[in-house]
Amino acid sequence: MTYIAKPKFQHPGIKKNALGYSHRDYEGKISTLCAGCGHDSITASIIEACFELSIEPHRVAKISGIGCSSKTPDYFLGNSHGFNTVHGRMPSVLTGANLANRELIYLGVSGDGDSASIGFGQFAHAIRRGVNMTYIVENNGVYGLTKGQFSATADRGSKSKKGVTNTDNPIDLVGIALQLGATYVARSFSGDKKQLVPIIEGAIRHKGAAFIDVISPCIAFNNHAGSTKSFDYVREHNDAVNRLDVLTGRDPIEIDQDPGTVQIVEQHDGSRLALRKLDADYDPHDRLGAMTFLQRHAAQGQIVTGLLYVDPEADDLHSHLNTVERPLNRMEAADLCPGQSVLDKINASLR
Amino acid sequence: MRATDISAPDYFHKVVDCQWACPAHTPVPEYIRLIAEGRYSDAYMINWKSNVFPGILGRTCDRPCEPACRRGRVEESPVAICRLKRVAADFKDDVQQRMPRPVPKNGRRIALVGGGPASLTVARDLAPLGYHCTVFDADPKPGGMMRSQIPKFRLPDSVIDEETGYVLSLGVDYKAGHRVNSLKALLADNYDAVFIGSGAPRGRELNIPGRKEAAANIHLGIDWLSSVSFGHTDKIGKRVIVLGGGNTAMDCCRTARRLGGEDVKVIVRSGFEEMKASPWEKEDALHEDIPILNYLVPVAFTHDNGKLTGVTFQKVKAEYDDKGRRSLVPSGEPDQTFECDDVLVAVGQENAFPWIEADCGIAFDKWHMPVVDAKTFVSTNPKVFFGGDAAFGPKNIIWAVAQGHEAALSIHRLLSGEDITERPLPEVHVSSQKMGIHEWSYDNDISADKRFKVPHRDKVVALKDIRAEVELGYDVKLALGEAHRCLNCDVQTVFSNTLCIECDACADICPMDCITFTENGEEADLRSRLRAPSVHPDQDLYVSSDLKTGRVMVKDEDVCLHCGLCAERCPTGAWDMQKYFIETTHAGNACPSKRRSAA
Repeated sequence: MTYIAKPKFQHPGIKKNALGYSHRDYEGKISTLCAGCGHDSITASIIEACFELSIEPHRVAKISGIGCSSKTPDYFLGNSHGFNTVHGRMPSVLTGANLANRELIYLGVSGDGDSASIGFGQFAHAIRRGVNMTYIVENNGVYGLTKGQFSATADRGSKSKKGVTNTDNPIDLVGIALQLGATYVARSFSGDKKQLVPIIEGAIRHKGAAFIDVISPCIAFNNHAGSTKSFDYVREHNDAVNRLDVLTGRDPIEIDQDPGTVQIVEQHDGSRLALRKLDADYDPHDRLGAMTFLQRHAAQGQIVTGLLYVDPEADDLHSHLNTVERPLNRMEAADLCPGQSVLDKINASLR
Repeated sequence: MRATDISAPDYFHKVVDCQWACPAHTPVPEYIRLIAEGRYSDAYMINWKSNVFPGILGRTCDRPCEPACRRGRVEESPVAICRLKRVAADFKDDVQQRMPRPVPKNGRRIALVGGGPASLTVARDLAPLGYHCTVFDADPKPGGMMRSQIPKFRLPDSVIDEETGYVLSLGVDYKAGHRVNSLKALLADNYDAVFIGSGAPRGRELNIPGRKEAAANIHLGIDWLSSVSFGHTDKIGKRVIVLGGGNTAMDCCRTARRLGGEDVKVIVRSGFEEMKASPWEKEDALHEDIPILNYLVPVAFTHDNGKLTGVTFQKVKAEYDDKGRRSLVPSGEPDQTFECDDVLVAVGQENAFPWIEADCGIAFDKWHMPVVDAKTFVSTNPKVFFGGDAAFGPKNIIWAVAQGHEAALSIHRLLSGEDITERPLPEVHVSSQKMGIHEWSYDNDISADKRFKVPHRDKVVALKDIRAEVELGYDVKLALGEAHRCLNCDVQTVFSNTLCIECDACADICPMDCITFTENGEEADLRSRLRAPSVHPDQDLYVSSDLKTGRVMVKDEDVCLHCGLCAERCPTGAWDMQKYFIETTHAGNACPSKRRSAA
């Protein structure tokens, strides 16, 4: 918690994007989370990603539920649309908003409590329907706001701050998302922005249900020895399968001395993902393979991160339902009530 | 890069740009905070200790601190440091009781030649230690050039009287009307040390045709100013030309405006931008309807029957060679003559030591300047020291003060039997500013206010009275607003690599993107990999030792606002805001050679 407002001064040499904005223009209010919270780094990563993609802030809708993670939309994109829903109901509200206006970019921000407990069903159905969104779970494995009880994503055998061992099996949100047909699935770590920022960029450019599980250490209740979501543990057990670069426009692709080979994935909107393989055996287009790989590594205590699955040919709920292109708020009376002759025609077709 | 050694006093001293740039190293942010708290007397005393003449400097200083001020790199204008100093002097209570008391004399006698800022600083430092200081000056009152050269509408006599008075009341003898005409005779009086702070008393001549014939109406600027100052001159012709582009020229033209000059202009050889005068002094002259004409080189004074009629100028233009050096070449346009009744020549000042005999053991260089050690200010005669304009030519008051401090330290060490070339480190006091989880004992909420203007006296009134001070100084409210603009650069961001868990919280919150966590490298390489580009390579990088992941923390000190948000957002206290109070060592600090900074 910080009492002063962040000073408005900016670095004199600060970078500007295509819209003439600096990353500071994508900030929101100052964070009221605990000092050092992983969620603040995710906030910074979302800011960085939107800045890099030169997104117009008023084209974004950020929707969240309840919890530490769900407070964060207040801390980024202060000029965007926002909706703080009932606990666990972010996916439904997001789905509704998306159906009403498909032209906005939808950022769903949630936590492990919000998505893996009270909103588990909501999460499952939004993914299953293929809503075009970026669904970010800020996953710290504990209920921080209620003083650190285990959440549904806490690993079996991990220890609480008070030394209690968790005996329940964890929900692996990435595994569920893969199984339910998400078309862009990634896992990352709040302490590794180099990996996280491009993953968020790729998700925003992805047309379809993009799901990102971000492990985000809870400084207050889950950053001790025995925790499997602490900075030290995640850094020691992080198994990154690839490094992502999101290429926009016609940027030439730079290949540096990285040992892995580079694979270019072209998405619907023309953006290209340059994937640098770090694990030669890993294929991000193989949904089944990904699930097996994740399970096998989880059993060995490894945390697999990177872009785990992407379907460049994905489509979304609107194309499944064949909905109208135009956002509902731009429909005129004549569009919504086309008159007797159209009604007669419809009636005739049903006779 | 190697991890930064923050225990070297200079490292954090440099971060306090204003203090580092000040020749006397006045602890600027410290006194500005005291002004904000309304503790004007405390603010005054910090200044008094460091620069001896806060009220005078608060009106006249050349302010090397202000171009250095970090605020000037963050927004348009630096903090009005100089005018805040005046606030401390204007609003203080009676500070006589806080001054050192005269002490019994220790039997050592020091002669000081000239009663200006350099000599008075030496006396101020040495008298409280028991030295018997005798100041010799030709003028009836102390102050030297501060009194004779600076017009009263910029610096009233009352301020000079008060501040020179504090020095004399330490038990310093002032021999008024006593011009030293022979150093040999002075040395024969067996003083333990002699300090020469006699200034640069001679105005440079302009020997062009007509100078002799029209001499009655051609005046040397500094002589004319002191003649005005002492009341010997009280009028000038209606049309006046001032030749020269320094601060003396600005004082001349503004003084002429008050003595009957209606059509006063300043004419300079160089371009307007390259003039030596401080920008604010040029501004003040322009404000008083004095045009400044540039690229005009005087070639002759025109006269008629022994009476000056005008000045003829050759028109020039600036040309730059490959190395960027400028030369003024004739533009080819016809010469131009400006009519006038009087000319004031302010084209520079020179040193003059006709009273130093060749066999005094004092060597002079080819420019006829004494050979003086730049650190100790000793001449080739180990008992004779120089300081102020007398040492290295005309500079500003604050340099004279700084050199006076150094010379006093040398004299004290010499007479204490210590090596004068060994200079003690500054004293450094370090204190954490943490009061609570998010509370600091300084105001870390950065003000967005633009620089406040100092109120001026109405021009019509000001031009009528040569003694009416033009600047009225900040009132309490303006002073508070201006004081809040200070970024508290002396409250340092101190990083502890062993506590850091690399959560990025500090890098994320930093409003200026100063902090980067990255792999170590050479300086140039590191500078290319910062979160925000390195704009001023002369500003240091603060580099930590290796962190757990093998990376290092790199902080570009350049535009850090010292807002403390990094420390507020740090979960482990790896960042702390610590106040570094740095004071240069003066002769007054006991046993200077045994003192070592604890920082």
